[in-house]
Amino acid sequence: MLTRDFIHLASSSILSQRLRASLTILGIAIGIMAVVLLTSIGEGIHRFVLSEFTQFGSSIIGINPGKATTHGTSVGIFGTERPLTIDDAEALRRIPYTLSVVSLVQGNAEVEADKRQRRTTVYGVSPDFPAAFSLEVGIGKFLPKDNPQAPRAFAVLGSKLRSELFGSENPLGKKIRIGGARYRVIGSMESKGQVLGFDLDDTIYIPTNRALEMFNRDSLMEIDLVYEEGAPEKEVVEHIKRILQARHGREDFTITTQQQMLDVLGSVLNVLTFSVAALGSISLLVGGVGIFSIMTIAVQERTPEVGLLGALGAQRKQILGLFLSEAVILAAIGGLAGLVLGIGGAQLLHLLIPALPVHTPWSYVLLAEAIAVILGLVAGVMPAMRAARMDPVEALRSE
Amino acid sequence: MIQLKGIHRTFQVGDQEVHALNEINLNVSPGEYLSIMGPSGSGKSTLLNLLGLLDRPTSGTYLLNNQDVTVLSDFEQAKTRRNKIGFVFQFFQLLPRLTAQENVELPMMLDGIAPNERSQRATEVLDAMGLSDRRHHRPDQLSGGQRQRVAIARATIMEPAILLADEPTGNLDSKSGLDVIKILEQLNNKGLTLIIVTHDPEIGVRAKRHIHMIDGKIVESRTDTIAETKDSLPS
Repeated sequence: MLTRDFIHLASSSILSQRLRASLTILGIAIGIMAVVLLTSIGEGIHRFVLSEFTQFGSSIIGINPGKATTHGTSVGIFGTERPLTIDDAEALRRIPYTLSVVSLVQGNAEVEADKRQRRTTVYGVSPDFPAAFSLEVGIGKFLPKDNPQAPRAFAVLGSKLRSELFGSENPLGKKIRIGGARYRVIGSMESKGQVLGFDLDDTIYIPTNRALEMFNRDSLMEIDLVYEEGAPEKEVVEHIKRILQARHGREDFTITTQQQMLDVLGSVLNVLTFSVAALGSISLLVGGVGIFSIMTIAVQERTPEVGLLGALGAQRKQILGLFLSEAVILAAIGGLAGLVLGIGGAQLLHLLIPALPVHTPWSYVLLAEAIAVILGLVAGVMPAMRAARMDPVEALRSE
Repeated sequence: MIQLKGIHRTFQVGDQEVHALNEINLNVSPGEYLSIMGPSGSGKSTLLNLLGLLDRPTSGTYLLNNQDVTVLSDFEQAKTRRNKIGFVFQFFQLLPRLTAQENVELPMMLDGIAPNERSQRATEVLDAMGLSDRRHHRPDQLSGGQRQRVAIARATIMEPAILLADEPTGNLDSKSGLDVIKILEQLNNKGLTLIIVTHDPEIGVRAKRHIHMIDGKIVESRTDTIAETKDSLPS
């Protein structure tokens, strides 16, 4: 029997029961819509978070003091861990492929201008900071390459802090006090906006060494090393380990590569996407039950037809195929309708709530349609087998 | 062509065993016109189903063209039904959602014949049945007689050797019943072996050979030579 005849016969019976077929299709459509809509939102959030993370580039390696792979808390002054120092950071510059090394200390302090004052986040950073994190200087310059142990008292403002303290006035050359110490403003950053909830504009940048003094620390919070895109990450990590171990005598630091962070983040976000997809699948399951029950009724009602097909010499496989095609056609149409509704719904949602990122990957679309078709097969197979197993004599007599 | 030897068919109904066919021996030659008569429950429909390979005997042999068909697989039996045997039913058994032509094409669809050839053959047969202008009507737009003619067209489209008719006039008024019988007899004149099951003696006696069945047994088998010119069919 030709495939087109299977489709013709199956669709003729679907068309002869329009209301019933539409309701069944609607059941599947709602299920697929739920899956597509929820995964679109999940995937949108996934991509949004990842892009927030990778906007600084993906070839960054972070080094923090303390060994994080052993689970113990530092015991204060008895701790044997050596702090990460500015010298450590400078030593890392020798590593091949290295573009920049940023030593970082962070804290809060009061910033006083002529008339105004504001409490803000203070970053003690090395001069390569803007290059390493692709930040742009708006006016003036960033911190100059001074002797890292004795840098001059210069400060660079975040754009929000600048407008808060100086309004539309030019801040360059102005004297300010940070945590009581005097600094001169030599530049101001471009606005960067919020990144993962942190306002990078309400900040002030000063040389690392001065920040250590200000916060009364002897250890850096972090060293960030940026290497050339495409360079062998493993080799760079090995170099860092070798140099720091030589300096510290032991491995008392933790290296986190951007790739590791992305992997962890990616797997967390995948769980998110899959769990919303699982929620959507519940309604898809209900749609499958709908196909199952409608096909069961159809086989029951059309028992004489099954008998007739038998008398006309239809093989059991052909009868199975006819009813199965019906179930699959119902599911496939429902799947397509659900895709249209789901993608349309996702876009509409994005229009209504622009802050909510949505993304519908093509692979998910194809997967959803494939799932609908498989669902039709699974739901249709039992009723169709019942039809195929019928005794034609009994079936003909049942009218 | 058909040789039944010692055919028995028993059914289990509750704890009782019903002997639907009891020691049936029957030979039918090609081109014969045979009627099977008898009261309800006499086993005539069971015999017809058995002849049409819809049912298997409990014991005995059924030779069709000298081939034992009781041992064929389901697959082979379905193929034999499709190509060698045509069925006509009391309630027509047309698919209500298909047009007359599509109903006629159904056996050819099952056989995988290409649409062009199908449509040509179906048109020819429907023309011969005087249904040229009813090709694209659905069964519910046709009269009973027209429906049965569509059903006969469907039963003969594969050019079978045997046509089995189970009460073909049972659901028709006498005039269209007579039309249907005449069409069947014309087909028989062209060489088709025709077997009609009926409980209506007026129709039964038109056959050249009649068989009477009671309680699953053939009680009388008579060959009639003067029944050929009957034309009227009193109801």
